[in-house]
Amino acid sequence: MSDVCIVGIGIHPFGRTEGLSGLDQGVFAVRQSLADAGVEWPAIEFAYGGSDAAGNPDTMVERLGLTGVQFINVRNGCAAGGSALFSTQMAIKSGEFDLGLAVGFDKHPRGAFNALPSEYNLPEWYGEAGYMITTQFFGAKITRYMHEHGISKTSLGRVSEKAFRNAIHAPHAWRREPVDLQTIMDAPLVSDPYTKFMFCSPAEGGVALILASEKKARELGKPLIRLKAAAMRTRPPGSFEVFAPSIDIARGGSATKLASAAAFEQAGVGPEDIAVAQLQDTEAGAEIMHMAENGFCRDGEQEAWLAEGRSEIGGTLPVNTDGGCLACGEPIGASGLRQVYENVVQLRGHGGGRQAPGDPKTAYSHVYGAPGVSAVTILQR
Amino acid sequence: MPLKGTQDFSRIRNGRTMRPIAQGLFTDEMPPRLIGGRNRATGRIVFPFPPGDEFEPYPLRRDGRLWSFTVQRYRPKSPPYAGPEGFRPWAVGYVELPGETIVEARLSGVAFENIAIGMPLELTQVPLDPTAEEPVMIHAFGPPGAAA
Repeated sequence: MSDVCIVGIGIHPFGRTEGLSGLDQGVFAVRQSLADAGVEWPAIEFAYGGSDAAGNPDTMVERLGLTGVQFINVRNGCAAGGSALFSTQMAIKSGEFDLGLAVGFDKHPRGAFNALPSEYNLPEWYGEAGYMITTQFFGAKITRYMHEHGISKTSLGRVSEKAFRNAIHAPHAWRREPVDLQTIMDAPLVSDPYTKFMFCSPAEGGVALILASEKKARELGKPLIRLKAAAMRTRPPGSFEVFAPSIDIARGGSATKLASAAAFEQAGVGPEDIAVAQLQDTEAGAEIMHMAENGFCRDGEQEAWLAEGRSEIGGTLPVNTDGGCLACGEPIGASGLRQVYENVVQLRGHGGGRQAPGDPKTAYSHVYGAPGVSAVTILQR
Repeated sequence: MPLKGTQDFSRIRNGRTMRPIAQGLFTDEMPPRLIGGRNRATGRIVFPFPPGDEFEPYPLRRDGRLWSFTVQRYRPKSPPYAGPEGFRPWAVGYVELPGETIVEARLSGVAFENIAIGMPLELTQVPLDPTAEEPVMIHAFGPPGAAA
């Protein structure tokens, strides 16, 4: 079967943009992706759009042109962007369409995400008692992981230090100032063992990707960036997820492990074939746990990886080359697509100061979120 | 033993009326136990007792060991948080009740720096707002034998 290719990419810088709605930022990204692909809006045959808190994506047709285009909204929590991309890919794979758009954008209020028990099928007392807090879950999860696998607090700090250092070279990143390890470690605690530099913040931003059949991509004359795999999975029994009043003693796998295994199988490659990876890092420990869950190392080996710089841009496997969520923030609808955007930049060799050396051919992206969903893509040039 | 009922669960302690944050969380015995649920088909035990027919009420053991923990350092947003405006950090943990399940709960009676995975713990109750006239009580775990 012929591959689906990514022929155009666009991004509105992440962070805080006063005066621009989330939708505005989505439209900005779409226009940039059209220009990048060298096509006009009327050529787009269909679209999937994801947003969690910034309105219905399909309303952007008023801004882009009332061409009658088929436009489907996707609302799937942290996997919204990944789901939009998956759906776009499937529509082209089916043979029904040749050129489509996957777009994601968001704009969240400042401060931690404010979840309500009723949205998660939980009793009211659970929220009243102060448990509807994502950072609490992240703190408890990494505390257990560090205990079981010998990960130090310094390793958490190294992940954040790397994120801010990489982001200096990413024009779309939010926090582009380096922060030294000691400052990261000595900063006020948010949810132990994490300090304020070890959590990403809700943010704003928009990303658009234009996908084409291989035939169409060749017509457009773009370098062929092939979407070899796009897999999305929900959680298996015994996983540890956010907002859990109790968890099973018998521990199980994770949505990430399932999505990762499916993606590697679809693409016909293994972790050793990946040259650059974007892994969900809403907090520093997430990147560490996800290195193992996605098969790039064993549990506990991250300690040596980080001490030796193996996940730095010049290392064995550069991870989060644009600073990830830690430096870009997390606009939910756009976050997973940002990872794919960054991978296309890397495979085209356009990363500038953050370019992974050695002419990377294969790139991996991974998103994870509530209530236990994960989406993985593998791109190949 | 009554597990769920219409009786008033409030208790008088130190002259103050203390009411559980929700009905159906604790057994009506002294000392109370948490009411979990046991899946009628698989035997899986969860907390709290879920609505519906799939689970039967199952009072959980009161003793366990700390499985993991963190400290909540900032005041959660209201709603849904119903704790006092004046915020002081509190510890929250997951406590393994052997053979049953791992329950999320406040940790009480132990300094933050002394909290350690594996430490033995026992069920207790703490007021959501220690300064309230008639505080609502939430479940917590603390060192065995320590007064709530």
